[in-house]
Amino acid sequence: MSALLGLHRLSKSWFGVPAVTDMTLEIPAGICLGMIGENGAGKSTLMNMIGGVVTPTSGSMTWRGEPYDPKTPADAKASGIAFIHQELNLFTNLTVAENIFIDEFPRRLGLIDKAQMIGRTRALLDRLNLHAEPETPVGSLAPGERQLVEIAKALHREAALIIFDEPTTSLTARETEKLFETIRGLRADGATIVYISHILGEVKALSDHLAVLRDGHLVDEGPIERFDIPAMINAMIGRELSAIYPPRSSQPADEVVLEADGLSQAGVVEDICFKLHRGEILGVFGLMGSGRSELARMIFGVDPTGSGTLFMHDQPVTGDTRERIARGMAFVTENRREEGLMMDATISDNLSLVTIEDYGRPPVALIDRERLKARTEGVRDEVRIKAANIATQAARALSGGNQQKVVIGKWLLGAPQLFILDEPTRGVDVGAKHEIYTIIDKLAASGSAVLLISSELEELMGTCDRILVMAQGEITGEFAKNDFSEAAIIAAAFKEVAA
Amino acid sequence: MHSPMKRDDGDQGSRAAEPQRASVWVRVRSVILSDYFILWLSIAYFLALAPFLPTLTNPANLSNLLSNTWPLLAVAIGQTFVLTIAGIDLSQGAVIGFTSTVMALLAATTASPDVLSGAPVWGIFIDETGGFFHGLPFSVTLSLVVMLMVGTLVGVMNGLAIAYLRMPPFMMTLVTMIVISAFAVWITQSENIRHLPEHLIMLGKGDIISVYFGEQDRSQIPRREIFTLIGYPAIITVALAVAAHVLLNKTVFGRQVIAVGANRKAAEISGVPVKRVIVTVFAISAFCATVGAILYGARLEAGRPTLGEGTFLLDVIGATVIGGTSLFGGKGKIIWTVFGVIFFVLLSNTLNLMNLSTFHIDMAKGAVILCAALLDVARNRYARELGG
Repeated sequence: MSALLGLHRLSKSWFGVPAVTDMTLEIPAGICLGMIGENGAGKSTLMNMIGGVVTPTSGSMTWRGEPYDPKTPADAKASGIAFIHQELNLFTNLTVAENIFIDEFPRRLGLIDKAQMIGRTRALLDRLNLHAEPETPVGSLAPGERQLVEIAKALHREAALIIFDEPTTSLTARETEKLFETIRGLRADGATIVYISHILGEVKALSDHLAVLRDGHLVDEGPIERFDIPAMINAMIGRELSAIYPPRSSQPADEVVLEADGLSQAGVVEDICFKLHRGEILGVFGLMGSGRSELARMIFGVDPTGSGTLFMHDQPVTGDTRERIARGMAFVTENRREEGLMMDATISDNLSLVTIEDYGRPPVALIDRERLKARTEGVRDEVRIKAANIATQAARALSGGNQQKVVIGKWLLGAPQLFILDEPTRGVDVGAKHEIYTIIDKLAASGSAVLLISSELEELMGTCDRILVMAQGEITGEFAKNDFSEAAIIAAAFKEVAA
Repeated sequence: MHSPMKRDDGDQGSRAAEPQRASVWVRVRSVILSDYFILWLSIAYFLALAPFLPTLTNPANLSNLLSNTWPLLAVAIGQTFVLTIAGIDLSQGAVIGFTSTVMALLAATTASPDVLSGAPVWGIFIDETGGFFHGLPFSVTLSLVVMLMVGTLVGVMNGLAIAYLRMPPFMMTLVTMIVISAFAVWITQSENIRHLPEHLIMLGKGDIISVYFGEQDRSQIPRREIFTLIGYPAIITVALAVAAHVLLNKTVFGRQVIAVGANRKAAEISGVPVKRVIVTVFAISAFCATVGAILYGARLEAGRPTLGEGTFLLDVIGATVIGGTSLFGGKGKIIWTVFGVIFFVLLSNTLNLMNLSTFHIDMAKGAVILCAALLDVARNRYARELGG
């Protein structure tokens, strides 16, 4: 029996830069294929070729043994291939039923046959165990439920191959578990699944078969039993990763850089007190909605503070973001695309954004290009941004990890004494994570104070000198490096919820 | 954004499946995306039409072409700044009408009660003895300074409302357009204010270098046979363009303007004084419109409250977008706008010479602007694809 989907020497290059090279892979019917690879390994390009979004430069594909050459996403859909993306393609203002039938409403006498639409939707939702009314607007559903609606859409079209691209990034643990149950159910019903994820444990738990991509090549594939997690990481990054977390190379000093004294804002955070020392990496852990990111935004002056005082080097901090930057603060937000980068601008322009005013020569602030160029090149080397030419290449063309290095790098042109990093490794692959941890360690070693906010506890335990735990806007625990305990920290993070 | 595309295109050609066809396409694309594309297009258009429209190359027409270019360019320079921050300024036309009126009210040498005695400004700003500043030393200079201040103030108000009250630029400048325009018509009762001083009129039509074609067989050459090559409007506009170019491309402020257009949130987090930049940009836009008002008003030898009405705004925004400044913000160059204005003036001129009606001309202009906007969309999509 031939494969459901066959790829034969499939290649795609973007303006001469190969994204996928000579990919040959067969996906037999009825399996769940896990697919892993760092950002930029070619997963998205491969999926876009299968989905008819981009045309291969060379090579061919087969579908059920027949040549398959989709020109548009509609071709892929018609063949029976469905995609469930990380960003869902749902209309939040329409109902569940309308979303499922959006491209072909059942009609009677030229009008939409609402009864039929609702009946069929209910059957689909029952099959997926989603207890929602067909006429509920999608906007009022939780992220996990929305994902199920997207799957219902695929079922409705009787898709034979369902491709999941990072489906769990916005789901809670319970929603993830439910999604896995659904995926296993789909497979039992005969559907073929491709499951792409950065979360290796998920891939291991769910798949029968694994494909590993690196630099556009298929570097390894085989039954999932052959791979344990370290083997998966090694295959992905192509080298032994002795430790994801580099050892701390310095000790915090006694000098207090930042002190929060009773920071409060109604409904957001309550009576936050802490001290952050020179050369210290202070972690802030908390669940979604614990107020960790909101605290960061208050400290940086992006969001207002209700009451309480913030001191930097014992002087009260007031004023807007600009003043706080002048006092030596730097902020890497959790939304790299929305708040960190000018995607279409060059890497140099992004790097110089924060400190550009220092390069203006009187009287009309003409930019001192030579000095600026030397400095941006210097920072490029310091944080190791992998780009051929930072003066001409757009930030958009970089991988997630390198984009994050640009966001950190733009602050390094100045000499901040306090770095606030909110989820600095989100959407960054394993290899680049290691580099970012190294950069964070260097920041502390060079005397900066670092406030590192993360929802990944392992990351905080691996990099921080001390961890604060937040729950429902309050600090519910503080742990020194010697007392780091996963169980105790998690308990603190759930404190209010559990009570 | 332009240079990396060109460079990457070259690579694409060498590796594409069909190298020959691809490389032609690549060359076409690199021309389309180059800074000078619109200039080449203008020259090609001019050369292509010259044999069919003999009047096109006529010295009188060329002189006319140039004189139409300067004031439009002055105004479009301001719009370039606004589009670069992903805004739009619909009030420029109204600012021109209003400030040309202000200019005349201040500087006029005399006024006729038959025409103006019914206007609310009669007896306050203007009467038979002339405008408000007439008779004072440096009255023309004084009038121009006050006029530029008034115009810029309108822009500052636009900017304040947009930056601090978070009004959408489209809405705010639309309201300003309606109010300012109505105000200008009301204070003058829709009358033109004539009798501008000679010094002022010079700014609109005075020549510095002129050309005469033909033999000098008479002791005096009639004025209408001498054609302006470089006049005061050229000097004023070129100076404005050079200053604007330096400001947008070479200074800290220019970088901040582009940053606000590219990603306002990222700019805010990075400490760019976003609100100040927005206010300044709208002030620049209105200032440039006011410079346009000086040139148009002086050429007309009058202040006219309805100057800049009708499809004028289409000309300004159209010329700027044709040049290549993105409607999505983050991308703008004064040199693009210079070429866009040249193309647009040439287009209007040739359509006129073809004896088309104004309706046909506006329809053709609209179609060209549509093409420019589509090209902008295509460029953006292309840039996004490049990032993968």
